[in-house]
Amino acid sequence: MNAQAPALQDPRLNRPEPLTPPLGDGGFFQRDRSIHPPAHAPSYKSSVLRSPRQSLLSLESSVSEITGPVFGHNDLGPLDNDLIRNYAKDGDPVGERIIVHGRVLDETGRGVPNTLVEFWQANAGGRYRHKKDTYLAPIDPNFGGCGRALTDDTGYYYFRTVKPGPYPWRNFVNSWRPAHIHFSVFGSSFAQRLITQMYFEGDPLIPVCPILTTIPDKDALDRLVAPLDLNASTPFDSLAYRFDIVLRGQRSTYFENRTAGN
Amino acid sequence: MPQPLNYLKETASQTAGPYVHIGLIPAMAGFDIFEKNFSNVLVTPNTQGERITLEGKVLDGTGSPLRDVLLEIWQANASGRYNHPADRSAGTLDQDFRGWGRAGSDFDSGLVTFDTIKPGAIIDKAGRKCAPHVNVWIVARGINIGLNTRLYFSDEEAANAADPVLNLVEPAVRRKTLIASRGERAGKVVYSFTINLQGADETVFFDV
Repeated sequence: MNAQAPALQDPRLNRPEPLTPPLGDGGFFQRDRSIHPPAHAPSYKSSVLRSPRQSLLSLESSVSEITGPVFGHNDLGPLDNDLIRNYAKDGDPVGERIIVHGRVLDETGRGVPNTLVEFWQANAGGRYRHKKDTYLAPIDPNFGGCGRALTDDTGYYYFRTVKPGPYPWRNFVNSWRPAHIHFSVFGSSFAQRLITQMYFEGDPLIPVCPILTTIPDKDALDRLVAPLDLNASTPFDSLAYRFDIVLRGQRSTYFENRTAGN
Repeated sequence: MPQPLNYLKETASQTAGPYVHIGLIPAMAGFDIFEKNFSNVLVTPNTQGERITLEGKVLDGTGSPLRDVLLEIWQANASGRYNHPADRSAGTLDQDFRGWGRAGSDFDSGLVTFDTIKPGAIIDKAGRKCAPHVNVWIVARGINIGLNTRLYFSDEEAANAADPVLNLVEPAVRRKTLIASRGERAGKVVYSFTINLQGADETVFFDV
């Protein structure tokens, strides 16, 4: 633990007011699969043997789908959203210090409050702290590479970390992953469960990544690229990137002590 | 021109990658970092209901088990109620059961296990009784968007035959891909399941 490191500052700035969600009888907007990667995407070779070939069976939202696990601050530790400190042994991790922040919204534009966001990444050299990662870049003794946060009552989250490095992988002989951070988001219902990846504005590896280019929709791909957010940067400390995550739209939204839209 | 419909679009899914363990189950990645960890044990000593183990594998198109897959399950408690404010059914809430668990497959065998309870039957919004089931979500390297399926129980034949979701599955021969079979080992109840991502016995996956 490095006592010199400044406290993590809250970079929230100019957050937009949420829209009013539509009224309805519960359930979710239908998922638009044209903006998601298809299961079978041969240029990403690992998908070939792992993609279902039968049609998915369409289900109306039932109580099984409109409910989901509820998390609270008791599930988290105080350093969980600080990747610069949560694994530090004898100093800071190597790399560019960054803040990543944004909101978890649903398709109506309303923030998703009190939901769990988990994130994981390689270190600045492009190496994961994982017993299966054998890339030649060094392990950073002060960097674990994972964290988590609960969104606040407007859906806002933030964490600080170091910028991950790109790394090569065995897809084509010369395939490289752009720098990225993995995100896992729960939302308020199991039907909103989502795993995605955040990329960094300006990375030249983005248009040639076999995983990223599985996304058929150019706009959907662009929405995974976080812009540099100089306003939220901390002078002489950290750059900031802004990443908003949009989950399925809900026809009604439930709060802890009341229901809306019912 | 009418006003535009200003809905946002869902964020595109991406694969969880080979190193999903780092973020979601770091102990399996080989290190300890969080004070509190999520796990594949859904029960405490005070949880109500019949203790069961769910045990199975996820197989790829060659029939080989995925050894880097992550599963999450979500289920009702023993009285058929989900621990979530949107479930306003008659079943009683069990404060000792969240109903959610997460497990990675064993790196050698590909085996996935959960220690949980057998869920009760739930009532859907049309008032129909649904057979006890567990909702399953599957992510891994090579899976571009998380897969949703369900596990039903082999000893619930009558309830399964009347279940409104199982009865949607056509051809009917595919319904068996959603049934976990009950057995016993060392006095413990074990339900075994196989999830086939491809092939003649491909599991039914849902667009929920």
